[in-house]
Amino acid sequence: MTTFRKGLALTLGITMTALAVAACGGGGGSSSSSDIPAAAGPDEHVELTLATFTEFGYEALIPEYERLHPNIKITHRKTGQGGPYAQDMMTKLAAGAGLADVQAVEEGHLSDILSKSSKFYDLTQIGPADASPDRWLSWKYDAGKDKNGKLIGYGTDIGPDAMCYRKDLLQQAGLPTDDASVKTMFATWDSYFAAGAQYAQRTGGKAWFDSAAQNFNAMVNQLPVGYLDKDDKLTVESNQGIKDAWAKVTDAVGKGESAKLTAFSNEWNSGFRQSAFATKVCPAWMLGVVKEQAGPENAGKWAVTDAFPGGGGNWGGSYLTVPTQSKHPREAAALAAWLTAPEQQLKAFQAKGTFPSQVKALESPELLNQTDAYFGGAKIGELFVAQAKKVAKPQYKGPNDGQIQENVTAPALQAVEQGKSPADGWQQLVDGAKKLAR
Amino acid sequence: MTSTVRREGTQAGVRRPAPRPGLRDRLSRWDVKASPYLYVAPFFVVFGIVGLFPLLYTAYVSLFHWDAGDDNPDFIGLDNFKELFADAQFWHSLENTVSIFLLSSVPQLIIAVLLAALLSTRLRGATGWRVGILLPYAASLVALGIIFANLFGPKYGLVNGLLQTIGLSPVDWQANRFASHVAIAIMVNWRWTGYNALIVLAAMQAIPKELHEAALIDGAGTVRRFRHVTLPLLKPTLIFVTITSTIGGLQIFTEPKLFDAMPGSNNGGSTHQFQTVTLYLYQTAFENFDLGYASAIAWVLFLIIVLIAGLNYLLTGRIARTPKRRGA
Repeated sequence: MTTFRKGLALTLGITMTALAVAACGGGGGSSSSSDIPAAAGPDEHVELTLATFTEFGYEALIPEYERLHPNIKITHRKTGQGGPYAQDMMTKLAAGAGLADVQAVEEGHLSDILSKSSKFYDLTQIGPADASPDRWLSWKYDAGKDKNGKLIGYGTDIGPDAMCYRKDLLQQAGLPTDDASVKTMFATWDSYFAAGAQYAQRTGGKAWFDSAAQNFNAMVNQLPVGYLDKDDKLTVESNQGIKDAWAKVTDAVGKGESAKLTAFSNEWNSGFRQSAFATKVCPAWMLGVVKEQAGPENAGKWAVTDAFPGGGGNWGGSYLTVPTQSKHPREAAALAAWLTAPEQQLKAFQAKGTFPSQVKALESPELLNQTDAYFGGAKIGELFVAQAKKVAKPQYKGPNDGQIQENVTAPALQAVEQGKSPADGWQQLVDGAKKLAR
Repeated sequence: MTSTVRREGTQAGVRRPAPRPGLRDRLSRWDVKASPYLYVAPFFVVFGIVGLFPLLYTAYVSLFHWDAGDDNPDFIGLDNFKELFADAQFWHSLENTVSIFLLSSVPQLIIAVLLAALLSTRLRGATGWRVGILLPYAASLVALGIIFANLFGPKYGLVNGLLQTIGLSPVDWQANRFASHVAIAIMVNWRWTGYNALIVLAAMQAIPKELHEAALIDGAGTVRRFRHVTLPLLKPTLIFVTITSTIGGLQIFTEPKLFDAMPGSNNGGSTHQFQTVTLYLYQTAFENFDLGYASAIAWVLFLIIVLIAGLNYLLTGRIARTPKRRGA
């Protein structure tokens, strides 16, 4: 018995020491401008890591950069999905180790990073001089800054919003499909949902759009103030724009306009093939998704227009950041600046269709002349450039903004689609958002 | 006992004053004293690092409002626990866990015993059948989750297609709370029934043939022999299988996570219809990065498991005693 007690005491002792060490080690990790490691000499060998998710189109660019900078060796860590990638990144950020020298961050997770901006370098301090603000579309550049104006990320691609629609289905329902009529139909959310009600009525209950959450996200992204204001206070209950958007979307659901398919689910994928809906909110990157899911049998049936309800909007796109964990921040910032320079953005666009965010790239003829046969030969380059220029100001996204959208709003709208009343659904949204924002 | 004391006493009486111990003596005395600790140390060190430390550190973290990556988490005492006990979502997820657990474990064990009984009869190609029922267990859990989520798709799922062809109305497996529990329980059962059946089968075959023969001579039919010979002798095995499936059932995570239509979601459905406690814990910690609150959930879950383990222990003791009493 005494042996056991002594053993227990010993174990407790070890544990307590470990606890104390861990508690002490919790702090630190912040940086001031004075302790930025100096740049390596031109002959010094530097190894950099670059972490990205899904497709950034950097495969051919990395060897090119290594050729231009013989002393630099780059390891590219590629992850499949954005969600697990972001989780992994936040865990490594909390642990204080394991992040890459250049870490890509998706727009939806940017707010979590900006609220922890002390763990990242200010790129205006360590970046090369040519990475000046006028390179980017101003709203893209500004969204990469934290509340105090510290630049955390260089913008990579963007996702200007457009509307995709099935020309053949609209024709069958007796709705106009000429350019001018389509533009008036998609001019505002009211006209869009009114057309949807007509469509549902004439087709005997066929759905107008894929899911309520997809439209609601686009509507909230257009508002001057989102779920949180600049003081990180939750606005949901007082924000008239959000309330109006909720009323319009749930009203459309009530009229049978929604196909009730959760975006990116298997059922949603099947829905494309089954022609389950006639229109779809289409950020630039969505064209690839439509092509893949609707398949060659629906080629030419889909069309895309630059008339997006309520003007323009942005959905998606990423940033390249340099965490303070990096041992070679200056070299990392130089790499990030090079990767996001206009020439490289155009190459990435050619490789994987990531839409450029830099003014010069957007003026390039090779982008402007880009067409897409799948969407009836639409001049998609010109179209999305026009849409990108319609985006006015970046909406401030506070901490947990992405989680509110994905884990609270989308499920609440799904609940309404599954039969919950709009009022109860709204309560679910308010309660859920409050819980996350506390 | 008394003689020992006396002998020790006499020995002590004749002992001469000890000479100054040499280095060798001291080393050997050290050896006697310290060696046992060194021998058992590996277990305690490993347990301390991977078992006790996380447990205690989780308790420590649960006292803070600790956002992942925070430099200075706020100490808030037991507020996380207070909030947890008033958290409707937590109780909701606990209900879901228990419901899915009951819907999976109860039919699973009954079917496993019946399957084992079937397999222990003389079958052609017995090994083939036995391997066959174990196959679902060998398949990848994640792949199964994705396949079942597709089967139970509300619009284009195969199950609803079948229901409609036989003239029934389709079920929204995602939206309806009970339907989603049933679908997840089917997923769990499909995977684990064969595994449990094999364990029960092994126990069944260990039952002496003489008992069955004796019962046969007494005129007992198949059903009667099963109820009065096989089942009572299976009790220890059944208890083991019940306990392991309880542990598995309270930790159920992958199946509900993959059942959600939204890829990667930890919500457990639009209104958390099928969010289990571990899924809620995971969401709190690794999606909302609220480490303090997640630690509080982890500790409450730990206490619940300890409680249920205690109940199991009591129940097991009672069940294990019954045959003895009957025998006496």
